[in-house]
Amino acid sequence: MKVLLKTIFNRGYAITALMAVIIVSFAMPVTATEPALDQVHFLIPGGAGGGWDSTARGVGKALRDAGIIKKASYENMSGGGGGKALNHLISTARRQHGTMMVNSTPIVIRSLTGVFPQSFRDLTPIAGVIADYAAFVVPKKSKYQSWKDIIADFKKDPKSVRVAGGSVKGGMDHLVAALAFQAAGEDPLKVRYVPYDAGGKAMAGLLSGDTQVLSTGFSEAVGLANQGEVRILAVTSEKRLPQAPDTLTLKEQGCDATFANWRGFFGAPGLPEKNAVAFQEMLAKMYKTPEWEKIRTSRGWQNLYKPGKEFYTFLEKQEEVIGGLMRTLGFIK
Amino acid sequence: MWDGLVTGMMVGIQTTLIPFNIAVVLFGCFVGSFIGMLPGLGPITAVALMIPVTYGLEPSSGMVLLAGVYYGAIFGGSTCSILINAPGEAATVATAFDGYPLAQKGYPGKALAIAAYSSFSGGTIAVVLLMLTAPAMAHVAKSFQSCDYFALMVLGLTAVSAFAGRGGFIKALLMTVVGLMLATIGTDQTSGVQRFTFGTINLLDGLSFVMLAMATFAITEALMMILKREDTTEVFGSENVSNISNLKVTKKEFKKIAPTIGRCSLLGFFIGALPGAGATLGSFLSYGMERNLAKSEDKKEFGKGSIIGLSAPETGNNAASSGSFVPLLTLGIPGSGTTAVMLGALIAYGIEPGPRMFVERPEIFWTVIMSMYLGNVFLLVLNLPLIPYFARLLAVPRTILIPAIAFFSIIGVYLVTFNTFDIYMMIGISTVALLARMFGFPMAPILLGFILGGLMEDNLRRSLIIYDGSLSFLWERPITLTINLITIAIFMTPLIQLILASGKKSKTD
Repeated sequence: MKVLLKTIFNRGYAITALMAVIIVSFAMPVTATEPALDQVHFLIPGGAGGGWDSTARGVGKALRDAGIIKKASYENMSGGGGGKALNHLISTARRQHGTMMVNSTPIVIRSLTGVFPQSFRDLTPIAGVIADYAAFVVPKKSKYQSWKDIIADFKKDPKSVRVAGGSVKGGMDHLVAALAFQAAGEDPLKVRYVPYDAGGKAMAGLLSGDTQVLSTGFSEAVGLANQGEVRILAVTSEKRLPQAPDTLTLKEQGCDATFANWRGFFGAPGLPEKNAVAFQEMLAKMYKTPEWEKIRTSRGWQNLYKPGKEFYTFLEKQEEVIGGLMRTLGFIK
Repeated sequence: MWDGLVTGMMVGIQTTLIPFNIAVVLFGCFVGSFIGMLPGLGPITAVALMIPVTYGLEPSSGMVLLAGVYYGAIFGGSTCSILINAPGEAATVATAFDGYPLAQKGYPGKALAIAAYSSFSGGTIAVVLLMLTAPAMAHVAKSFQSCDYFALMVLGLTAVSAFAGRGGFIKALLMTVVGLMLATIGTDQTSGVQRFTFGTINLLDGLSFVMLAMATFAITEALMMILKREDTTEVFGSENVSNISNLKVTKKEFKKIAPTIGRCSLLGFFIGALPGAGATLGSFLSYGMERNLAKSEDKKEFGKGSIIGLSAPETGNNAASSGSFVPLLTLGIPGSGTTAVMLGALIAYGIEPGPRMFVERPEIFWTVIMSMYLGNVFLLVLNLPLIPYFARLLAVPRTILIPAIAFFSIIGVYLVTFNTFDIYMMIGISTVALLARMFGFPMAPILLGFILGGLMEDNLRRSLIIYDGSLSFLWERPITLTINLITIAIFMTPLIQLILASGKKSKTD
């Protein structure tokens, strides 16, 4: 019995040690860094595996592989559609000078709908880093050959065009679809939007025949399009995208609407100017490295570097456009 | 097509058989068995706990490790269900129905061995099926529409209550409803409206599944142990340990379970391959099917230590676990809680599972498959002789076991969301769950109602949008109609049996 107990204790000890290692690796102390950066702490407002997670880890990996920084640490904090991490960054601002929080278009949408009371104005915008333009996708067997065909059918019977998307009603994919129909001179309120809880599921819904059209990110659709499973009828960029030179933009099809789902980084409120500038210089340096180019192209991202002030103005404009549309659709008053 | 299969397999074998990767599989199986064997901790927790470790590895090695942990944890979980009737997760609940009584009868070693052989066969057959049919299966699953999913969820929930067995139909039904209610907490997927969040951002994303599983199983289990004066581990330690090394399964018994393994592998694999329906449904449906197919003298044995009743859910859940890789690898849709966690790990590597991965990163696809095969073999070879030693883990005194369970549960819950609110929530829920358990309410239906509830509601509401508010989707599509008819049949079976039984009774009276 004594021997047995001893082995149990030993096993218990081993697993405790293992756990300790795991815990410690997560609870990396966040030390304030000097402006000359050698390490960055990434705060990710969602769980492992989402778009935010892949952006932060992708950028961190490129920075480290290219030797721009020595160390990158990551902290996932999901909850409240990003509100939890936002709260955390604001309330612990003073010791977060070495931290960049990743975010994207939903921070604008969610502060408009009041999911959380704060907005991007409560943070220090560092830079917009990448953009993923929206795309409208149909299955390969679809009768639709161009965006104009869809508009023509919508004119005849709005109910016959059902649009799938990977966000809730009033979320990004829905708003982009409403924006496109509005720009075509149609009533955005008549758009029949079928929500799925993720882009991948919405794609499955499109392929199963649940809906006729899918509103999604270009990067999520380009792979299947290259395989010939789906056709991308339109993208929401200003100009055609290099990965799909034959895909028309909405503008080219008589629909004056553009939309970029940006992803970028924010610092804690009250972050000293010199720290923010150091972050921006670090990111600017990253664009020229082959390490970044490799990660970027493998994920279908487009570069969209908008540092500091420029980022802020961009966000304000996006807020105005989205806010106006949401008012039209009745999601906010 | 066959050329592709052979080249793919060769790539997978080459990557898997690197000595380092073999060591990784071994390590994964061991850690998985260890964690899975601890009462209350299942594959989801085990895989989640190991994810930080994979960040330091190559993508293929990382996936090999997780596959090993996954199989190990499933294996460990059944040990826990059989020996102390404490299923680590919903998928092994059905294992305890007959596994525990068999162990109590004095055949713990035999019960464990049957579970191991069934797991191995179910897992291996399903991996072979996965390899051969993944592309075709993806095609079938692809044509499932929202209304078909809805019908499938209803089928799942009906099956849970109909097969509740010992827990009683009404009690299981009530708990299913509680699970469905809990699933409504959070931001509504269809409209974006917040429901039952009481203005706190902690509830915006709904309750976490791991938290609910820990609260209703692990923590409640620990609390029950405190309440029960007698020490279950001592009961276990006294007589059964001596018998545990007797792993012998007779030829006659093998013959008896062979057809069960065959049927349940197929059923489990198919269930698992449907996105959203995982190992749990696989195990329950397998158990139910075998009970209905059994000859009347065998049927009496069910719930009292039937070897068929033990083999069926074990085969079913392992086959379904392998099957759940079909939607994950070919469509990027996780088929179960554990594959959802693995999906996260893959994406963290910058690999987007889905039809793209099939073409662009075939080595990942084939390595995962080959390592699953290897993991299965290792588990059988490694764990069968080690069962007696592993099982001693269950003889850990309560003074160590209870704090250990609490510790692992809290860490596990925290590692999923990194949110301390979940820990308080877990403690609150487990208190209520403890009361419910003291009055004999089963816990598994809560979890099932919770997992399937959200999916079911989303799919129902999508169908209603698509069909313009009409309920005609229930019978217009042949797939939906077929599934609905099966549901009705399953729902009626216990009733008809009841009526027949009472009819017989009144005749004899």
